[in-house]
Amino acid sequence: MEVLLAGMTGLLYAAGLYLILRRSLVKLIIGIILLGNGANLLIFLLGRIEKGKPPIIPADASLLVDAFADPVPQALILTAIVISFGLQAFAIILIKRAYKVVDTDDLDQINAKDEDL
Amino acid sequence: MSAQFIILPLLVHFASAVVLLFFWGNTRIQRLLSVAGHAVSLAVAVALFVLVRQSGIQVVQLGDWAAPFGITLVADMLAATLVLLTALLGFAVAIHASGSLGELRLTFGFFPIMHFLLLGLSGAFLAGDVFNLYVWFEIIIISSFVLITLGGERLQLEGAVKYFTLNVLASVVFLTAVAFLYGLAGTLNMADLAVKVPQLNNQSLVRVSALLFFIGFGIKSAVFPMYFWLPASYHAPPSAVSAIFAGLLTKVGVYALIRMFSLVFAADTLLFEILVWIAAATLFAGGVGALVEKNISRIFSYFIICHIGYMVAGLGMLTEAALAGAVFYLVHDIPVKANLFLGAGLVRKLRGTANIHKLGGLYAAYPVLALLLAVPLFSVAGIPPLSGFWPKLSLILSGIDTSRYALIGFMLFGSFITLFVVARLWAEAFWKNSPENAPDPGQAEYPGLNAQQRRLILAPIILLAAVSLYIGFGAEHVQQLANGIAGDLLAPQAYIQAVLK
Repeated sequence: MEVLLAGMTGLLYAAGLYLILRRSLVKLIIGIILLGNGANLLIFLLGRIEKGKPPIIPADASLLVDAFADPVPQALILTAIVISFGLQAFAIILIKRAYKVVDTDDLDQINAKDEDL
Repeated sequence: MSAQFIILPLLVHFASAVVLLFFWGNTRIQRLLSVAGHAVSLAVAVALFVLVRQSGIQVVQLGDWAAPFGITLVADMLAATLVLLTALLGFAVAIHASGSLGELRLTFGFFPIMHFLLLGLSGAFLAGDVFNLYVWFEIIIISSFVLITLGGERLQLEGAVKYFTLNVLASVVFLTAVAFLYGLAGTLNMADLAVKVPQLNNQSLVRVSALLFFIGFGIKSAVFPMYFWLPASYHAPPSAVSAIFAGLLTKVGVYALIRMFSLVFAADTLLFEILVWIAAATLFAGGVGALVEKNISRIFSYFIICHIGYMVAGLGMLTEAALAGAVFYLVHDIPVKANLFLGAGLVRKLRGTANIHKLGGLYAAYPVLALLLAVPLFSVAGIPPLSGFWPKLSLILSGIDTSRYALIGFMLFGSFITLFVVARLWAEAFWKNSPENAPDPGQAEYPGLNAQQRRLILAPIILLAAVSLYIGFGAEHVQQLANGIAGDLLAPQAYIQAVLK
């Protein structure tokens, strides 16, 4: 299971980085989204996944001796998802506005010569 | 004053931002409230500095969860100094923005967003937990995205796309590093990491995590070869925004590097060797970049990059004198870089252009203003006894002590190039007569401003120049402070003790 998730994470990172290097503004944003998701999946993976064992100590014990699903990476991922959601929302509006102003989707043409500014 | 006092800088900025949101559209009240909020935060930052100076490291466990399980806020001398400088810069730039920014930008939320930015900055300096540091970094960059695009001019939007992409990439790399570190160590509290990381078995993966931290923070600090977003974006927004960016955003990256590398990864000598060489390359690249630029703001952008090299070099050498030099350089650099960008904005208002080949005769027309702008220009060049000289001296002396003669060569090169570019800037913009293709000075903005606006624009420049002069002439105090901080950084037992108790 871990191997599958690790492969998925690698694919997401690779796809994200590839898309960030493309010439199109829209592909840039999609690349950023994929990269963020890859990072979230990585945090999940590195918290040692365990199926079906919530981290709740039973009433008659004082310590959790069994393997349990680590809640800290889940909290980290939730925070990261919320943050990247906010960033993506901003990014989409930014490229929409930038497209209106520079009138092209091609990043190579976004190079205003600001000699006289 | 209990240790809970640490939260106060964050609360003041948050409360100011929320209160300002209720006055959306009313720029007069926003100006007053924002400057008042910054004044309060400056007072609180001074009080925090005095508290940490007198009573040692202050620690707060949020929600009363004991470390290392909860989130910790730690104010040691380095954090308190940087929070103080942040508050000072916020105060100065808020006053400048009241006079210099157009009504539309102020109407659409400049002041609340600036408070959020300072909230993020203060939180980043006070964070004692790596993921908390990530969250504060995200608050910083989101606020900075809004500030850089506020106004919607074409130049701003283009700069914002590049700025956004590189900063988000840096955040993702940072998050990856955090993931690795958590997977290896099982904790994210910095003090706990300082104890656990040197004892881990898998030191090569620890090195991978450290390198990822270096890349993430390196992109944010604009070191070589990850600095190209800075000259592409910092000159685009208005000068008040550029000033706060230049003074603080790259310095948070340097602070994070210093904190993580001296606390958690201190045992790995290869990393510090890499830091030294990267610093040398940054000094060279920043210096050479500044040589070819004609736009004043872009020259100053390359100065930011060049001088980051000094701080990273101090961190890389990892001796007490080198770290003291790096910290002194931080303290010197924050007001000077902000003042440079405020000055660039002033020059543009005076003459309508920031192109040095179209400027001229500024000293003849405005002698007092020219002398005022001379203070940050000569400070950044490192002319004794102004503030830029003393940390360079510390760094070069510690370079001799550690036999890093190539690094000293690069430091001297950076210094020489900065001096050369400043001298050329002074000759072009201030001394020579106005050239034929200069825009009509009557059309410039400055003559049209009323006395109140002129005072608002000039007062922060005077304030920051006075701070730079104090740092330069009172260098002994700052050097003692820096020595104390460097000693604390190299012997983190007090920090670990205070947090983990």
